[in-house]
Amino acid sequence: MSMKTSDDPFKNRVSKELTNTFMRGAVSSAQERFQTRRLKQADELGHWEEWRSHGEEIRQHVLANLDYYLYELSENVSKRGGHVFFAQTAQEATAYIQQIANEKQARKIVKSKSMVTEEIHLNAALEQLGCEVIETDLGEYILQVDDHEPPSHIVVPALHKNKEQIRDVFKDKQGYDKTEKPEELALYVREKLRNEYLTADIGITGCNFAIAESGSITLVTNEGNADLVTALPKTQITVMGMERIVPTFEEMEVLVSLLTRSAVGQKLTSYITTLTGIKDEGDTDGPEEFHLVIVDNGRSDILGGEFQPILQCIRCAACVNACPVYRHVGGHTYGSIYSGPVGVVLSPLLGGYEDFKELPYASTLCGACTDACPVKIPLHQLIHKHRQVIVENEGKAPVSEKLLMKAFGFGAASPSLFKMATKMASPVMSPFTKDNKISNGPGPLKAWTADRDFPAPNKENFRDWFKKRPIGGEE
Amino acid sequence: MKVTLFATCLVDMFQGDVGKAVVEVLERLGCTIDFPENQICCGQPAYNSGYVQESKNAMKKMILAFEHAEYVVSPSGSCAYMFKEYPEVFKGDAVWEPKAKALATKTYEFTEFIVDVLKIEDVGAHLEGTATYHSSCHMTRLLGVQEAPMTLLSHVKGLQYIELPGKERCCGFGGTFSVKMGNISGQMVSEKVQNVEETGADILIGADAGCLINIGGRIDRQGKPIKVMHIAEVLNCR
Repeated sequence: MSMKTSDDPFKNRVSKELTNTFMRGAVSSAQERFQTRRLKQADELGHWEEWRSHGEEIRQHVLANLDYYLYELSENVSKRGGHVFFAQTAQEATAYIQQIANEKQARKIVKSKSMVTEEIHLNAALEQLGCEVIETDLGEYILQVDDHEPPSHIVVPALHKNKEQIRDVFKDKQGYDKTEKPEELALYVREKLRNEYLTADIGITGCNFAIAESGSITLVTNEGNADLVTALPKTQITVMGMERIVPTFEEMEVLVSLLTRSAVGQKLTSYITTLTGIKDEGDTDGPEEFHLVIVDNGRSDILGGEFQPILQCIRCAACVNACPVYRHVGGHTYGSIYSGPVGVVLSPLLGGYEDFKELPYASTLCGACTDACPVKIPLHQLIHKHRQVIVENEGKAPVSEKLLMKAFGFGAASPSLFKMATKMASPVMSPFTKDNKISNGPGPLKAWTADRDFPAPNKENFRDWFKKRPIGGEE
Repeated sequence: MKVTLFATCLVDMFQGDVGKAVVEVLERLGCTIDFPENQICCGQPAYNSGYVQESKNAMKKMILAFEHAEYVVSPSGSCAYMFKEYPEVFKGDAVWEPKAKALATKTYEFTEFIVDVLKIEDVGAHLEGTATYHSSCHMTRLLGVQEAPMTLLSHVKGLQYIELPGKERCCGFGGTFSVKMGNISGQMVSEKVQNVEETGADILIGADAGCLINIGGRIDRQGKPIKVMHIAEVLNCR
């Protein structure tokens, strides 16, 4: 199974989401809120560019020595009584976790937020066994109750819903009978979830950063749910993408500082938890059994290639919050659990070009993502690289476009042909021209002129004006 | 000083007045303008669409067309940035990489050239009105030219400047994006025009023909009383 979230063609998803005025309002105001807070926090911290360079350096160092750190991490997890499983594919990861669930005869599983478990479709695999899987992150919980709606944002999964819609989800699915006040909604979910933590057989978490030197995992949340997921159930399973490692606590601190500011514009989130191994003698809580599942699922194919910088990603979604295209189409348009610029780059790599070939074109290459990235991933360049791969290696570009570009290669390369084309533009376009503009253009201009006019070509090209002009312009 | 003008195909074909203004402003500042007849398109539409091989022919022609130049000046941050990308495109090519580097080093965006090379901040322009400014993405983020246009505009007599809300947000042009993803692009430019309207300005100024054709096209479609001007045209007002 891939990371696809929709079978609807891309074009239909765009048209559908562009008419979703509520979603677009919610997304644009959230973008502005996150952006403003992010810039404010970066400014308060000071030397932001140096912090970014430092973050980039750490991530690049880890990727260059990933084999070393993976070994160190797994040794240290084992030393502290944990089990490590390297899953090459999504299937291997889910099969291993299913096996643990079977061994434990687990009926109820609580989960904290994790994109990699979305990527491998873990919930579906566990539900197949008859397990009840409960998401404990508020946003994820809302989506789960709403018939497993996919997330529309990697940090704020239910960004596209307002409080009235959330109230209705609980009302329709669970008979909730109170108001849409956030406090009442939160209290309702809190009461429901408390009982789930207490009665769960297994707790599953994601992993913001694994620390190689100690075999620890770091979880960053604002709700404290990950702490309950890891404190109460007897068995803990942590699932991580294989690149999410830092060498020591020192680098963890740098990346967490970048993460919380870039993701939600906070100096620190309410909970930053580091967990090491199983419950020690004398500990009042913590798991008796701990499994760390390290997921490859296509990542080692990215390593060492031209797309390697995307593995620097710390999943903060600053690029998503800066993207002017995401602003208008929202997360579901991308049809992948990873949306926005990071999703545009990552989805075709992990899920294949066949399902995600349109995504690299859903960008103006404006570079806002690259500017926002706290670990300096050249996102817009990677998006451009995808286009090149699609054209040159994948052969997935439309035939009409290929012909046009061949003609471009030919025409633009010949100054005389180019000059002729520029001269022809005005007479060719004249049937479509009125009041010196084109309001209903032919061919590719049709898409343009749906919302705006296009200028009529100059009657006299600039080059002809220049040529006729006396030297120095003196007339 | 001799300036070799890289007019860009959008200016050559659609925005002739911008080209004329560039020539007149630079001449007034003491430059002699040279326009190589062999210049064509910089290759960006094909390059950005992923047709890197197809765009290389155009790039080579451009390198040759400007080989003799001392300074190459372009009234588009985006097209000037494309020249700056040439060395990356020809990386490892023993013949073309050094030539591409030479071109990239001597290429300047129009306002950058006036402020950084000619060292002029006041060109003596005079234009009455209230104006807002859209900072184009490629010029600001990729080429890194942010201050020069503001410096020049601040010296235009009679011009009152109002900052554009969301001024760094892309207008939705994005070259072929504007036709490939026409409906998304349309929504983006609609929001941009809304922002321009919110300022109450009667002139929208920009420094890139692509963005201005896009934003201006939406303003025209809606029949808004906002004049769209390239910064060269503003600086050419006396």
